[in-house]
Amino acid sequence: MSSLNASTVRERRGIQRRDFLKVSVAASGGLLIGFQFPGLSRLASAQASVSTFMPNAFVRIGTNERITVIVNHSEMGQGVYTSLPMLLAEELDADWTKVGYESAPVDPKYNHPAFGMQVTGGSSSVWSGLEQFRQAGAAARAMLVAAAAQQWNVDAASCRTESGAVFNGSNRKLTYGQLVGSAAKVTPPEHVQLKDPKTFKLIGKPIKRLDTPVKLNGKAVFGIDVKLPGMLTAVIARPPIFGAKVKSFDDSRARSMPGVRKIVAVPAGVAVIADTFWQAKMAREALQVDWDEGSMQNFSTSQMMQEFRERSKSAGTSVRKDGDAAGALANAAKKIEAVYEVPYLSHLMMEPLNCVVDLRPDSCQVWTGSQFQTVDRANAAKVAGLPNEKVQLHTTFLGGGFGRRANPQSDFVVEAVHVAKAAGTPVKVIWTREDDMRGGWYRPAFLHAIEGGIDASGNAVSWRSRLIGQSIMTGTPFAAMMQGKDYDPASVEGVDDLPYAVPNVTVESHQAEINVPVQWLRSVGHSHTAFAVECFVDEMAFLAQKDPYQFRRQLLLKQPRHLGVLDLAAQKAGWDKPLPKGMGRGIAVHFAFGSYSAHVAEVSVTDGKVRVHRMVCAIDCGQYVNPGIIAAQTEGGAIFGASAALFQELTFESGRLQQTNFNTFPVMRMNECPEIETYIVESKEKAGGIGEPGVPCAAPAIANAVFAATGKRIRRLPIRMTEAI
Amino acid sequence: MVGFSVNGKRVDLDVDPSTPLLWVIREHLDLTGTKYGCGMAQCGACTVHINGEAVRSCVAPVSRATGKAVTTIEGLSPDLSHLLQRAWLEEDVPQCGYCQSGQLMSAAVLLRQKPRPTDDDIDEAMTGNICRCGTYLRIRRAIHRAAEMVAKEGTR
Repeated sequence: MSSLNASTVRERRGIQRRDFLKVSVAASGGLLIGFQFPGLSRLASAQASVSTFMPNAFVRIGTNERITVIVNHSEMGQGVYTSLPMLLAEELDADWTKVGYESAPVDPKYNHPAFGMQVTGGSSSVWSGLEQFRQAGAAARAMLVAAAAQQWNVDAASCRTESGAVFNGSNRKLTYGQLVGSAAKVTPPEHVQLKDPKTFKLIGKPIKRLDTPVKLNGKAVFGIDVKLPGMLTAVIARPPIFGAKVKSFDDSRARSMPGVRKIVAVPAGVAVIADTFWQAKMAREALQVDWDEGSMQNFSTSQMMQEFRERSKSAGTSVRKDGDAAGALANAAKKIEAVYEVPYLSHLMMEPLNCVVDLRPDSCQVWTGSQFQTVDRANAAKVAGLPNEKVQLHTTFLGGGFGRRANPQSDFVVEAVHVAKAAGTPVKVIWTREDDMRGGWYRPAFLHAIEGGIDASGNAVSWRSRLIGQSIMTGTPFAAMMQGKDYDPASVEGVDDLPYAVPNVTVESHQAEINVPVQWLRSVGHSHTAFAVECFVDEMAFLAQKDPYQFRRQLLLKQPRHLGVLDLAAQKAGWDKPLPKGMGRGIAVHFAFGSYSAHVAEVSVTDGKVRVHRMVCAIDCGQYVNPGIIAAQTEGGAIFGASAALFQELTFESGRLQQTNFNTFPVMRMNECPEIETYIVESKEKAGGIGEPGVPCAAPAIANAVFAATGKRIRRLPIRMTEAI
Repeated sequence: MVGFSVNGKRVDLDVDPSTPLLWVIREHLDLTGTKYGCGMAQCGACTVHINGEAVRSCVAPVSRATGKAVTTIEGLSPDLSHLLQRAWLEEDVPQCGYCQSGQLMSAAVLLRQKPRPTDDDIDEAMTGNICRCGTYLRIRRAIHRAAEMVAKEGTR
């Protein structure tokens, strides 16, 4: 999701908080349990015979002392099943060894406090949950304290809590489990006092993840692992070209193959429904489908980029205009122009898309790794012909998300409901890796043309950015996120807020209309704007004959948090220390999703092959919750960005995607992975995101390091030395 | 019929012998810890052991396991006591976790063959296992940590 509306809707949090505290008390167990699958709660098995106290929607306390935190964000690797429980447990004074997690069902009370629906995206889970989960923990604690005080006939203010128990004086103690019955009768507090951060025991500590054990013994349940009684498995013969439609199909061979139950046309293609995945896949190979290839049959990305280049010569929709960039450029002592190009990218989660649906006449149950529960449920309900309340979506672990599992059309959920309708039994639709990669909803390809000028003393005086690419918002239910602008803010985020002190800045956007489905991919617009902007700043520094780090410093003197991470990364990397011959060092800094990030990369180039040896990452995400998870996300983000920079490109010829698996769309591997160091800025500023901010700086830091090593500029990703300038 | 042992238990299955071992393990034996990632031995998410050797089960027909001993992640240890699982816990390795079964199964063979692996050994043994979340550095540290445990405690 784009960062753009996070700030605007954040304002509504105050109201949300008051509503939240009114959430009613449910003292009985099982209310919210619904479906429990192994792995989603490490405490699930113990829960059945235990009475529980549920002071609010986010926590359940059992007579067995177990604390189950109900998490309204999806766990896709970013650690929300740990960081959000930490927030609640901190205020509850829970015994951390008794804390578990459970995924929230779809319900408005689990809506994202800023986005107004259940969604995981925009690197927002922790900052948006910060107050929500702390308040929930503090409210539960207050009720437990009140219950104990009543029992002892003392003033609640004279009681204290620690490690899952209430204490009074030197000899009175009641554990939270012992208070389950009486606390349920206490009226929830109207207001609670949150802890002074100085007294935090969990927040700010590198607490180990709660979901690690089940991810080491095969017990973690991902969508692809869900199995229901009587369930069949389906694969879909999907269009070879976007927009192609089934004209006819011949299933005479396929339908007599072992295990095949049904072959049926669905809106997504032709579904082959069988007892097992392999039988369905084999039958799909025997299926003959005649496609009406539609209007995209001649589509070629090389031609598209040529058209983008042409279009970059004319002015686009104005996004930002400070001063007179054209005039300043005309008077500049030195000028430079550069055209940066980035390709379509696939999210390429390790777990290919899949969805399980059990459709009954009056209910529909969906199991999948969703980032978009509210939207997915509503879209499933529409196809099922049921009201929303009759549809429940169970969020499993996600084998990676990166935005793909928050699809505006719920493509992988909707098609599974269609297949379930046809199957008449519970069904699991599995996408093969090839299906997943061909399935669209990519990070759009972009061209970003920049012209800049410096004066005689080497000061930057003019900057004009012109971007051409598809909008991820136009035409979707999320067009409202464009906030009435005639350009897509997600296309230009990261350059519209250019932080450098350049007096004359113009940013323009051209929207390309191409029938390739696109959407948000980890760091969204920042995934390409940071590359262009940070490479161009480097080119300007060279033009001004200044050190790229010092050149940035001078232009960021009024941006203390940019400067903070820039200096930290440069200092930790040893910016001034010479490198062995043949190696180069590059730097980049960027703000995204409420956080500031800077990377220094060290590379060598041998026989045209770029090797990244070391990356030093500085991150300022404001107040932070779990530095262990922050380090993991920063490293992972750097690797994600480096993979795209070094290896990844989707191309189309005659409308057909040329890359279909890891062999043609590579991901960085162990032997290619650099040393990565992460340094976190201590800060009391408002919390920012961490899932995405580690991505944008990787590509420009590497590209700038390639220049330092070879004197060749990289203006197109993925990096190919044969294309270097 | 195809007969072999899985995690110490004998199984005899009436399946097409050309079915990849991965799908037999997942769909017939309900051992879902072994994952599908690519279907062409590119990513390593499906790694299991056949007679102690790391095998990409997505491209190995189940017939290849006939009469042999298959070990899946569920059989690495029942209680997270395997040195690698302990080291993985200490380094807090997983993010999304989807690839980690395969990572552990590849690392287990490496550690058995080379109780004190160098970084180059780790590169060689682990390069076939992709992690899209980027946990490589923690995996490397965890393997070294497990190797230190081997040195101290011996293999289990």
